[in-house]
Amino acid sequence: MKGNSPSSGDVILRLEGVSKVYSGTVAVKHADFEVRRGAVNVLVGENGAGKSTLVKMIAGVERPTAGRILLDGAPVHFRSTGDAIAHGIGMVFQELNLFGNLSVAENIFANREIVRHGRIDHAEQERQAGELMQRLQAAVDPRVKVEDLMIGQQQLVEIAKAVARNARILIMDEPTSALSAPEVEILFRVIADLKSKGVGIVYISHRLEELVRIGDFITVLRDGQVTGASAMSDVDVHWIVRQMIGSDAKDFSTPGDQAFGDEAFRAEDICLPRITGGYAVDHVSLSVRAGEIVGVYGLMGAGRSEFLECVMGRQPMASGRIFMQGRQVREKDVGGRIARGLALIPEDRQRDGLVSILSVAENLTMASLGKLTRYFHIQARAEAEAVRKEVKELSIKVAEPKLPVSSLSGGNQQKVVIGKALLTSPKVLLMDEPSRGIDIGAKADVFRTMRTLAAQGLGIVFVTSDLDEVLALSDRVAVMSNGRLTAMFDRAEATEAKIVAASSVGHGPGAQAQRKEWLQ
Amino acid sequence: MSTAAQTRRANAIAGSLTLNLMRLRTFIALFAVILYFSFAAPNFLSTENLVLMSKHVALNAFLAIGMTFVIITGGIDLSVGSIVGFSGMVAGGLILHGIDLRFGYTVFFNIPEIVLITLALGVFIGLINGLLITRLNVAPFIATLGTLYVARGAALLLSDGATFPNLEGNPAFGTTGYAFLGAGNILNLPVSIWILIIVALGAAYLARSTPLGRHIFAVGGNERAAALSGIRVNRVKLFVYMFSGFCAAIVGLIISSELMASHPATGTTFELNAIAAAVLGGTSMSGGRGTIGGTIIGAFVIGILSDGLVMMGVSEFWQMVIKGVVIIAAVVVDQAQRKLQQRVALQQMAQLG
Repeated sequence: MKGNSPSSGDVILRLEGVSKVYSGTVAVKHADFEVRRGAVNVLVGENGAGKSTLVKMIAGVERPTAGRILLDGAPVHFRSTGDAIAHGIGMVFQELNLFGNLSVAENIFANREIVRHGRIDHAEQERQAGELMQRLQAAVDPRVKVEDLMIGQQQLVEIAKAVARNARILIMDEPTSALSAPEVEILFRVIADLKSKGVGIVYISHRLEELVRIGDFITVLRDGQVTGASAMSDVDVHWIVRQMIGSDAKDFSTPGDQAFGDEAFRAEDICLPRITGGYAVDHVSLSVRAGEIVGVYGLMGAGRSEFLECVMGRQPMASGRIFMQGRQVREKDVGGRIARGLALIPEDRQRDGLVSILSVAENLTMASLGKLTRYFHIQARAEAEAVRKEVKELSIKVAEPKLPVSSLSGGNQQKVVIGKALLTSPKVLLMDEPSRGIDIGAKADVFRTMRTLAAQGLGIVFVTSDLDEVLALSDRVAVMSNGRLTAMFDRAEATEAKIVAASSVGHGPGAQAQRKEWLQ
Repeated sequence: MSTAAQTRRANAIAGSLTLNLMRLRTFIALFAVILYFSFAAPNFLSTENLVLMSKHVALNAFLAIGMTFVIITGGIDLSVGSIVGFSGMVAGGLILHGIDLRFGYTVFFNIPEIVLITLALGVFIGLINGLLITRLNVAPFIATLGTLYVARGAALLLSDGATFPNLEGNPAFGTTGYAFLGAGNILNLPVSIWILIIVALGAAYLARSTPLGRHIFAVGGNERAAALSGIRVNRVKLFVYMFSGFCAAIVGLIISSELMASHPATGTTFELNAIAAAVLGGTSMSGGRGTIGGTIIGAFVIGILSDGLVMMGVSEFWQMVIKGVVIIAAVVVDQAQRKLQQRVALQQMAQLG
């Protein structure tokens, strides 16, 4: 085993033999963890490995059941997040903690407003917020309400909030999960900047290539225990994966070489006008054959999700035609399109996919109750049978389908959303970022499921901003940029360079002029 | 290790025991209330008194059943009290005066027809509520506040504010027999109780075993996810307000039949009692959660509490204070139960590994 005891760098914060026990569950067992000054301290592990619990103890959200936290060598007890903030510890949570109804500036200065003569000095707040956002290279007006921002921009606001507090230790839990490639670059530059100022950064992510790139020290957790800690320069991705899951992971399921069937789905000239003028989806046409997986790659705001929403009937302003097995779909509403064999797995499962207070079973059968109903009576036995089948086929880890779906981990919740779609017996599956925010094990399950479904004759259109994913999974790769379909590659001819080039068409210098030409 | 496992299991059992006690809290409260009054108030347990109290409770229970569905979808219906008054006035007016056709002719309907017309009007007001909320995007609180005033005003306009007395009807027009609804008995049980049993069973069945019932919960839990699952959210909302209007019209009919008179102010603030019963029965104001059984028990707790206190001679002012405290206590316990429930769910997950 190489590089097991990193020693260089000076430590600001040290956790010694820390455990956290929730009633009956041990989330973290005797973990040691060090945060070094001016370094990116990476924390990895599968979902439920205890990463979030560990950092929550550092941020004062949770208190350790056993063990000590040493700040600058002296033991500290954080009674609240406010306590931790007072000690210079800031955290960017995975679930964004923003007030959607307040402006960017008000969010950044929430609970520490700049007050002059007993009144909030909005002008000064906005000026400082503007500077911060500029430093993060985010073109965001500080007076805009947060709910009107894209999710990637919201993430930057969250980071700005922590940066504004001059934190000595900044914890980032999955900060890039919603960011596009250029936004990730900006974030990395911000991180480098903070590092040079001596800030110790704790970084959690599922994207291993990312960790290897920016991490200085890495700590791997499995089942609440630290299974490896090392300087990043001494390790590689395979080492990380081995520590995380105990053995080398099967990467992506490789595509089989089966022949594709007839065209299952075709979209023609899908258009969605933007309120601010121009098109969010600009005359996109796309088809998929039975058994084929088409990956749609694009940056944030390229119109990928909007395209899927148009197809699904979620956008009343959309125009264009769609066909299933060559027959035009005239149904306008979601229900009608589900009946015609379309199903969408949305990007944000909390917001669009699940009814979190209902049970796993009720969520699974929500879209397919009609099939389980005779006259107006839901047949309990048929429903239980359908639920049992999906739980087994998708290997959803749940003690009892009656439990609320919110008690599941992210990966299992995603499987429930997929199961719900599959129970409608779709012919074409639309998946929007199907692997977002779930751990490696669950990811592999999801990818394997996609392959199996394609082999069973489903057509799959999936949207992703992960290059490896789109290259490994797709039979064809479609690239979107600025609302338009800019390229379509067969599996054989798709390369990273070509895809990236096509995804930036219409961006950069001259893009504005180009846009104007299109509009005329 | 085995001792650790044992204590964990013991903890889990203790947890689920407390949880079950808390789940049954409204039932326990009902039992406690009955037990207390059977000692404190003389004649409390006599059959006549129990039947009388049930008739009082039934009125609130109808409204609370309709309200429960509305609240589960995340809405609120403030107009039910006014619909009670309005539908009573419509029924009274039809019995006494019929519909004047202006050519010297007046149409009279028989009692079953009048009942159907009145119920249809209740549903119609619910439909207006629903359309305001779904098509015009008016917030449920505001939309039903508006119809609260409109329906009450309409009730007053029907008689210029006067009471329609003596609804005995005229045998020549076939309008006799209205008293059956409020004073009739079948198998020694008042008719209104039979109607409550039918409506309650129907509503419980709807909630538990029909797609529409499931959709009501889904819409309240997460409207976006429900819409993306192909659920017609607007139709579900229309239904719950129409059903609430239907329930309110039943109450209007029963009250005017019991009194054999229609007064336009009948039903004022009834909507608040209905909301209280639903909340007491475990319906969550943020939507997605609630049961018909719980609501009915909630209605009984409130009804028996107020009747019992009257029998004990407690002042009306104290009754209001006590009712308020009970409602708040119910919600506090409800929150505690949610927390415990989450913990037990976590434990079950932990045992799964």
